[in-house]
Amino acid sequence: MTDSPGAVEVRLQVEGVAKSFGATRALVGVDLRVNAGEVLALIGENGAGKSTLIKVLTGAHRADAGRMRLDGKLFEPTDPLAARQAGVAVVYQELTLCLHLGVAENIALGALPARAGLVQRGEVRRRAREALAQLGVSLPLDQSCGELPIAQQQLTEIARALVTTGGIPRVLILDEPTSSLTATDVEHLFTVIHCLRAAGTAIILISHALEECRAIADRFVVLRDGASVATGSMAETDEAELIRLMVGRELTELYPQRVVPLSPHVERVLRLEALAGRGRPKSVSLELHHGEIVGLYGLIGAGRTECLRTLFGLDPVGRGCIHVLGREATHSSPKERLRSGMALLSENRKEEGLCLGRSIADNLVLSQPAPACWHRNAWFPFVPGRAMELATPWIQSLGIRCRDAAMPVMELSGGNQQKVAMARLLHHLAHARGEARVLLLDEPTRGIDVGAKVTLYHLIREQAAAGTGIILVSSYIPEILGMCDRVAVMRNGILGSLRPTDGVSARDLLTEAIG
Amino acid sequence: MKEDRTNPEGGRLKRLRALMVILGPLLALLTLWVGFGLAAWAMAPAGLDPWGFFGWRNQSLILAQSAIVIVAACGMTLIIVAGGIDLAVGSVLALSSVAAALTLHSGAPLGVAVLAALGTGLLCGAISGGLIASLRLAPFIVTLGMLGMARGAAKGLANQQTVNFDHPWLGDLMIASNYSVGVDPWWQAPLIVAPGVWIAAVLVGVTAFLMVRTVFGRNVYAIGSNPAAARLCGIAVAWHQVAIYAWGGLCVGLAGFLETANLGQGDPSTAAGRELDVIAAVVIGGASLSGGTGTILGATIGALMMTVLRNGSQQLGWPTWVQEIIIGAVIVIAVAIDRWRCRTRN
Repeated sequence: MTDSPGAVEVRLQVEGVAKSFGATRALVGVDLRVNAGEVLALIGENGAGKSTLIKVLTGAHRADAGRMRLDGKLFEPTDPLAARQAGVAVVYQELTLCLHLGVAENIALGALPARAGLVQRGEVRRRAREALAQLGVSLPLDQSCGELPIAQQQLTEIARALVTTGGIPRVLILDEPTSSLTATDVEHLFTVIHCLRAAGTAIILISHALEECRAIADRFVVLRDGASVATGSMAETDEAELIRLMVGRELTELYPQRVVPLSPHVERVLRLEALAGRGRPKSVSLELHHGEIVGLYGLIGAGRTECLRTLFGLDPVGRGCIHVLGREATHSSPKERLRSGMALLSENRKEEGLCLGRSIADNLVLSQPAPACWHRNAWFPFVPGRAMELATPWIQSLGIRCRDAAMPVMELSGGNQQKVAMARLLHHLAHARGEARVLLLDEPTRGIDVGAKVTLYHLIREQAAAGTGIILVSSYIPEILGMCDRVAVMRNGILGSLRPTDGVSARDLLTEAIG
Repeated sequence: MKEDRTNPEGGRLKRLRALMVILGPLLALLTLWVGFGLAAWAMAPAGLDPWGFFGWRNQSLILAQSAIVIVAACGMTLIIVAGGIDLAVGSVLALSSVAAALTLHSGAPLGVAVLAALGTGLLCGAISGGLIASLRLAPFIVTLGMLGMARGAAKGLANQQTVNFDHPWLGDLMIASNYSVGVDPWWQAPLIVAPGVWIAAVLVGVTAFLMVRTVFGRNVYAIGSNPAAARLCGIAVAWHQVAIYAWGGLCVGLAGFLETANLGQGDPSTAAGRELDVIAAVVIGGASLSGGTGTILGATIGALMMTVLRNGSQQLGWPTWVQEIIIGAVIVIAVAIDRWRCRTRN
């Protein structure tokens, strides 16, 4: 909060900004105001126009209409460099660091202090140390950025924003800063934000994690379909109201309830006994029944992703055994798992879940090309149109916002990309010949907006109702408690005991995860 | 202050790490050198001095035989660190060599011949860089085209034959020492090794300085590591690309001049495939083809390693085809070890 209650200095004022790309109207009319020393949360669904707005604010795009004022003066940056020189900087979710270079060099990137073309190395280090000190942190200046944990890489990037804006930025925009951070790192980041706030910087924070926004932001602006629909004080608005404003309708049930009660005599589809992989996991024992959703909670680094990978056959099994439908199937390859009806949704959709350059239809049939291949005519495998035909109903049922099934996946927003990845799994399950229908979901709702999350939750419930066993790995406690029938906590590669979610509190899970 | 992980030993640690990067290839070079020397001593083929491999004349020969690749590598290192590649080295070298030879043939002084070679290389490099920067074509494709164009131009200029000239002492520039004649060259006393080697050494020093201490050099590393980040931070990536390939061409031009000195004539069909030697030297020396890492010192060690392999194989009487297999295997092993070292470090 600013110290002087009376004089509130408006740092950035945006009026009626509009931007279109051909026929697509990305921004229709955005009004925004952020004061000096204040944190403004910019919230909205994927596709609401947040990225376009940032690009307009930082000079990457020119607005078609509207006006921006920085400290009262007209602000029309021609390119990101001009915007940064004027004091407006952005730190994107995809960090732009040169991983081979050291921390000090990255902080001074593009603005190396030099004399007659020769780098002044002492000056480079001094400026880096100064910028980091302003943030209240210190980092090893000579260590190459590729070796730093992601939280420290982010701090390096923020320090660079300080240097390129000439000391203290007037406006700092943080795009999804916490999506890859642990809880401790998030605390540190908030301390850094407080530092900058105290120095007078206006901070615009974009995040899907509403609790984090509420923890750090003073005010909020909601974007919906390219327009700013609401603004207000964070303290006076609760989360349900924020979601309603974002989505435009009541979301009474974020987590759909179980419709069909779980029968106690249902068959066991999967059983793990003291499963150990190379390094992680160390010992995992669990049972999964048809139609059941089991949640695996734990801190980042606990080994849950490794557990799923070992189960699926991507990583070699060290000790222990896996029983699928009562039969021993410990050392199976992913192909055999897929054939038996199991499918894995990776937490890293960009690198492991999707072929970004390919179309929606291509991605859909990736693990189950059979219907596309042989269904119609065995003489002509891979009828191109068949994949498109198969994709269309999935696009409709999942509500994927796209032009058509031939659209390359990389052009979709994060939420829609995740829907395509899920569609692949569901398509696979629909056509799998094996009877062990199991979905392994690794952080399925990370980094996607509320609307897409609700769609995915409903899908997961539907699958469970249809008899699919689901293992859900998540770091988000409300999701675990809302979706899962039973939950277990993984710590340091060892899975604790499974117990029903009813009667488990968030504190219990957190305590067990931290140990 | 949270996360007080300032390393007071920061400077020392960085120097140690930099040393480790060179140490790997250096150790490999020493191993090969000692290995071949001992093998030559053990086998002692009839008629050969048992210490022939370790003799100073042989060292001089190894250095002289590496000089041309090292000079070309001074340019290639910058190109590879920036994330590009230059496949036209052999052809541009031949073209520059022919240009120098023609200038000498027409009676012009040596200085003009040097300028002709340098100018030819610079022009070819600038054209490659310009096409890559302006048309945004892949360096592989552009330099592949330049490979054909330069070779054709060399053959055309030389009229499909070697270009001869008379020069009193140019031929002495690159020879190691005169075994057969028994007379030491004129520079033996003051310079110890061939002038060509000293030229290469000076260029290595200049390149090292360029890459480590100048803004241009640091920008090259940044462009190779993350071109999008470099662009975002205001580094004019396109201009740098032109400059990098022009510098590469300049170095190849100099290498072409040394080749003319070495051969005593301008041969338009020389150096076919030499680019692979140069790329191998840079990569063995620790550079990654995806850019961001690499040093000229490493490239020098890589070049020396390949020459030691050839020289040693010759001393042991191994046929040329065996040498080629060994060198190919060494490239793969060297890069695999480097990757393994990087992976275990992280």
